[in-house]
Amino acid sequence: MKLASLIVTAAALILTGVAAAQAPAGNADNGKRLFLRDGCWECHGYAGQGGRDGARIAATALNAQGLIRYVRRPAGAMPAFTEKVATDQELTDIWSYLKTLPAPKAAKDIPLLNQLKNQ
Amino acid sequence: MAKKNSLGRRGFLKGAAAGAAALVAKPAAVKAQQAQAPRPTAPLPSATQVAFETGTPPARVDAYTTDRPGADFMVDVLKSLNFDYIFANPGSSFRGLQESFINYGGNKAPEWITCCHEESSVAMAHGYYKIEGKPILCMAHGTVGLQHASMAIYNAYADRVPVYLILGNEQEIGFRRSDVEWAHAVQDAASMVRDYTKWDDSPISLGHFAESAVRAYKIMMTPPMEPVVLCANGFLQEEPMSAEDRRSARVPKLVVPGPPAGDAGSVAEAAKMLVAAENPVLVAGRVARTPNGIKLLVELAETIQAPVMDRRFRMNFPTRHPLYNSGNVANADVVMGLEVPDFWFVTHGQTPINRMGMEAKSIVKPGTRLITITAGDLFSRSNYQDFGRYADVDLAIAADAEATLPALIEACKKLLTGDRKRAMEERGKKLAEQHKKNRDSDIEQAAAGWDASPVSTARMAAELWNQIQHEDWSLVSDLTFVSWWPQRLWQFDKPYHFIGGHGAYGIGYGAPAAVGAALANKKHGRISVNIQCDGDLNYAPGVLWTAAHHRIPLLSIMHNNRAYHQEYMFLEDMAARATRGIENAHIGTAIKDPNINYATMAKAYGMYSAGPIENPNDLGPAIKAALEVVKKGEPALIDVVTQPR
Repeated sequence: MKLASLIVTAAALILTGVAAAQAPAGNADNGKRLFLRDGCWECHGYAGQGGRDGARIAATALNAQGLIRYVRRPAGAMPAFTEKVATDQELTDIWSYLKTLPAPKAAKDIPLLNQLKNQ
Repeated sequence: MAKKNSLGRRGFLKGAAAGAAALVAKPAAVKAQQAQAPRPTAPLPSATQVAFETGTPPARVDAYTTDRPGADFMVDVLKSLNFDYIFANPGSSFRGLQESFINYGGNKAPEWITCCHEESSVAMAHGYYKIEGKPILCMAHGTVGLQHASMAIYNAYADRVPVYLILGNEQEIGFRRSDVEWAHAVQDAASMVRDYTKWDDSPISLGHFAESAVRAYKIMMTPPMEPVVLCANGFLQEEPMSAEDRRSARVPKLVVPGPPAGDAGSVAEAAKMLVAAENPVLVAGRVARTPNGIKLLVELAETIQAPVMDRRFRMNFPTRHPLYNSGNVANADVVMGLEVPDFWFVTHGQTPINRMGMEAKSIVKPGTRLITITAGDLFSRSNYQDFGRYADVDLAIAADAEATLPALIEACKKLLTGDRKRAMEERGKKLAEQHKKNRDSDIEQAAAGWDASPVSTARMAAELWNQIQHEDWSLVSDLTFVSWWPQRLWQFDKPYHFIGGHGAYGIGYGAPAAVGAALANKKHGRISVNIQCDGDLNYAPGVLWTAAHHRIPLLSIMHNNRAYHQEYMFLEDMAARATRGIENAHIGTAIKDPNINYATMAKAYGMYSAGPIENPNDLGPAIKAALEVVKKGEPALIDVVTQPR
C-alpha cells in the first residue's frame, strides 16, 4: 500500500471514530418500539433476519451513522426514509435495538440445517 | 328415442301460453258464473270421471319428458375429449348438462367435482393441469358464474394453461322461466373474457355444438395453450334431439396438432451463438411443458455447460444440479430466454432513484447477444398487458421452446470441437463451484431467525422438508411470498415437484390451485404439500370443503403473516416517498383484530387441523401428525403464524 493511501485510510478511521464518539446514544427499548411501529420488520422480519425483500439487519455490522446514511439514501429496493419520518435520534434508537438482536447461529449448529448441508 | 306422445318444449310452451291467454281473456265470464251459481251440491261423478279414476289413464299429449335430451348428445361429444373431471359450482343455466353428465354419463370420465365458487373451479383446473398435463372441463353461468370465474381465467391465460369452460346460457326468450333467468341470460356471454381467452363460440344447433366443442379443444391445446369458452344454450341442452339432429349429428374426430418447432435456419444460428459463447446463460420461463421438457433442458445445459437461471414459472430444472442458478446475466455474452414472459426484466434493472419504473438500464454487457424462443410470439391479445415490455433481441424464434429443444441440442452437438469442449468443461467446473457456494449461503441464511416467533419461513421450509423428503411429494403452491425457501433448501427434480405460480398474480389462486393439483396427485399416491398464504385463502375458503368432501389428500401449511403483506410493503413505500405517516401502513392491509384462526376455519369445513402455531419448536410434531392424516387420504391444515416473508 502506498503511503498516500495509508494516510487517507488512517484519516478515515479517525474521522469515523470521531463521528462515532459524537453519535447520540441510542435507546434500544424505544428502538424496538419504533422498529415495530415504523414497519422495519415488514421487509427485514420481526427478528431482523432478512428475507426476499430486505437484508438481514439483526446484529448489524453498521455503526449508527452508517445505518442513518443508508436509510437516507438506500440502494436496491428499499425506499428512502427522510428526517421528516424518522429522525436521526430515532434511527439511532433502532440501531441500538438491532445491536441487541442475536446474530444467527451457524447452520452446522442447527441439526436440520446441518443435515441439509450434508445432502 | 323420445316418447311418441311427448311434445317438444317449444310445443309445450306454446300450448301453455295459449291456455294462459284464454284464462286472462275470460275473467268477466268467470265472475258472472260465480255470482249466479247456486249453492253447490255433490253431483254424481260422470262416466268420464269414473273412467279416469278406475281405468287406464289416457296418454297425455302435454307430457314434458324425453329420453334423449340434447344434453345427452353434448355429453357424448364432451366425453370424446377425455376429460377426467368437471369442476363446477351448480347453475341453472347448465342444469340440463349437469343432469346428463351425472345420469346419462354415469358421473364417470368426467366425474363431477363440487366447487363452492367459480373462481375456485377455474383455479382448481389451473392447478390440475400443471400436475397432470390434462385440461379440466369447467362449467359456469354465462353471466354471474363467469363474472366470478373471470380472474381465475385471466390467471390461466397469463400462465399459458388450458381450461375448457362451458357457459350455460338461455338465449331464447320464450324459454326463460322467470326474472332470474332473464337476469342470468346474456346476448354474447364470452365477450366478458374474450380479451383473455383464445377462442369462443355460441353454437345454435347440436351439430354446431359438436364441431365447435372439438375445435375449441384443438385450439386450446395448441401452444401457446390458453383457456377457451363454449356456450351451451339452454334449449339445446333441455329440448329433445330433433329428428334431423339424430340423423346428422356426429362426434367429430379430434386431432391436436404437434407443437410448433423453430425453423431450421434460426435454430442453427442460435446454436452457433451458444457454442461460440464464453459465458452463455439459459433463462427458463415456462419451458418445461411436459416432463420431457426438464430432460431436454438438462441436456442442452450440460451439452454447452451453460447455467440455467430459473424464473420459477414451471418445474424446469433440478434445483441441485450444478448448473442451476449458478450463472449471472451481467457476465453473459449470450442470453437465451426459453418461454420467458418477462425477458426484458431479465436483462434490465430499474434504478432506485425513480421507483416508479420510469428509469431503467440494461444489466447485460454491451454486445451481449439476446435470443428468445417462445410460442408467445405466435399469439397475443392487445388489451391486457401480460405480454410484458418489448425486448430488443438479436434472434427471436417464434415457436414452442420444448418442441424446439431437440433440434437445438443436436445443432449444438454438431458444432462442438475439442477446444470448445475443453473450454466448456472448465466453465462447468466453475459453475459447479458457484452452485455450491450459493447453496451453502442459502443454508447459512436459513439460520437467521431460526428460533424466532412468529416462525421464520426458512424454518417452516426446513421443518417441512425434514418430514417429506423421503416421501413421494409434490409442492402445489407458489413460493413468491416465502422468499422461495423450499427451492433454496429442498431437492426438486421430478416434474410434479413444483407447479409454478399464478400467471397474472391474481390472489385467490393459491388454495384452489393446490386442491386441483392435489386431486391430480391423488391417483399417483403422492403427498401434496401446499404453503398457503392467509390473504389468498380468504377469497374463497369454501375450497377447503371441496377438498374434504372429495377426500383429496393435501397438507396445507398456513403462511399466516396476518396481512396482505405485499400491499403492506407498498403502502410503507408510498408513505416514505410522500414523507409522512410511515406508521400507518397497516390500515387496509393488516388482517388482525381479530386474528383469523385458520385451524378453526378448516375444522368448520370438515378438515383435520392444528394450530395456530407460534413456537417454531411445535411445528415439526404438528407436521408429522398432519402427514399421517394426509397419508390416509384426507386433507389437513396447520395454521402457522409466520414472519412476513
